[in-house]
Amino acid sequence: MSVDGYLEAFRSQGRIVVVGASLAGLRAAEALRDEGFTGTLTMIGDEPHEPYDRPPLSKQVLLGKVPPDHTALPRRRLVDAEWRLGVAATGLDLAAKRVQLSDGDSVEYDRLLITTGVRARPWPRELEAELDGVFVLRTRDDATRLHHRLKAGPRGVLVIGAGFTGSEIASACRERGLSVTVAERGAAPLVGALGGVVGEVAAELQRSHGVDLRCGVQVTGLEGDAAGRVRTAHFSDGAAVEAEVVVVALGATRNTEWLADSGLGAGPRGIACDAGCRAFDVRGIVTDDVFVAGDVARSPHPLFGYQFLSLEHWGNAVAQAEIAAHNMVSASTDRRPHLWMPSFWSAQFGVNIKSVGVPPMADQIIVTQGSLAEHRFTAAYGHQGRIIAAVTFDQAKWLDFYESEIERAAPFPPEFPTVDRRPEGMQPVPAGFPDPSLPSHGPTVTLSGHSPTDRRITFTPRRA
Amino acid sequence: MRLVVDLNRCQGYAQCAFLAPDVFTMHGDEALMYDPQPDDEQRRNVRRAAEACPVRAITVEYGDGAPAAGTAGASRVG
Repeated sequence: MSVDGYLEAFRSQGRIVVVGASLAGLRAAEALRDEGFTGTLTMIGDEPHEPYDRPPLSKQVLLGKVPPDHTALPRRRLVDAEWRLGVAATGLDLAAKRVQLSDGDSVEYDRLLITTGVRARPWPRELEAELDGVFVLRTRDDATRLHHRLKAGPRGVLVIGAGFTGSEIASACRERGLSVTVAERGAAPLVGALGGVVGEVAAELQRSHGVDLRCGVQVTGLEGDAAGRVRTAHFSDGAAVEAEVVVVALGATRNTEWLADSGLGAGPRGIACDAGCRAFDVRGIVTDDVFVAGDVARSPHPLFGYQFLSLEHWGNAVAQAEIAAHNMVSASTDRRPHLWMPSFWSAQFGVNIKSVGVPPMADQIIVTQGSLAEHRFTAAYGHQGRIIAAVTFDQAKWLDFYESEIERAAPFPPEFPTVDRRPEGMQPVPAGFPDPSLPSHGPTVTLSGHSPTDRRITFTPRRA
Repeated sequence: MRLVVDLNRCQGYAQCAFLAPDVFTMHGDEALMYDPQPDDEQRRNVRRAAEACPVRAITVEYGDGAPAAGTAGASRVG
């Protein structure tokens, strides 16, 4: 049988299984149908809910403006799939092309797409994590529980970890009028994602909004009362903070455990795949029928030296899902590479923070427009003499321009004049990223080496 | 009715906040907050907002079987 003949048969009668029914899984399913796939489609999701949008959970939902169950994603089209929700995938048999499910059932596929994403990293001490009042925030159910407790007006909230999620939670709490302490192991909030210069702005933003921000400290223990409710947090500097609610915001862990013995190149840093979203196996050989997209994927990006990037970005989940879907039902010469420009946003303390490119690769930063002190600026990041990323605080309209500069590897520091250039923006300064070998949390981009087995650099710790 | 806004694409023109103020609001100078599941009585306003968005960042599923508007999240191949 010719391979072309196989593709035609597969497109009309094949079986595709998507494991992971969130943003990436849903958009991939829609794209598969758009591409003309008419075979059977099975969607497997461990959460009982239909695909919903996560970014509102730490913003509108915690503020009480939107009920947690009003976050279901709009559909772009009908997908005509069999949905198996509330059932986790527990194993993968590559040879038999079969996914094992937590209910004992199994599903066979001709092609498989893995979009299992990440989950919140829990508080590492299990007994303390079980105290009443200790939360994480990743899922809709997490948001329901946390919002319910915040609504009751707890006397003190402690947020452990000042990455984007932790900072947004702190912002929502302050907007609700709650007293908030933020404990951050690094030198400043957002330091892993945006570096020390911008991190200082984020710190100033938090403090000016009444957050009791403590940087350079670790929470060494959580203490409960006789009824098992969390009451006190102990810090590495000897301080103790009273809190009725503790939110653990220590970044995310990739959902790859179910693939442990599968032979797929999956581990704590995600599933390595090629630029076309095809997964690598443990031998570093690309698979024919297993594709990956979204937060759980780790793929080489030509704009960034072919380093493998893991992007916990909403836009990446959508874009990579579309590429994976296209490639799953296309002949090899019709396939496309996933070349999405990393981009993300965060709204906190009334400021719109947006970024393009990969800031953690940078060695230098220059404020090209506006002023750090005014919390309204555009800054460009440089890596070995080229622009590698940019960030804006309430100046999003300039980002498209910087995106094109990154795409053409424009020189750094930038050679063009800019409006609203201030004295502070005349010279680049060190970007102030923490030593990547030190544990941190919160960066939304994870860099790794040039091959799936290369382990020289990692920005993602295994523990908080 | 369900909607989502691609906030990578959003540049804070705030057209939506003028046309459907009960659904889209500016939070601070530039950050957009929205109700992802507005009441059906907002349908006309939401449609106008989605169509007026200069960067086509709003995807709406009207719940009547009509195809969703907008192109939110479409791949931006660089």
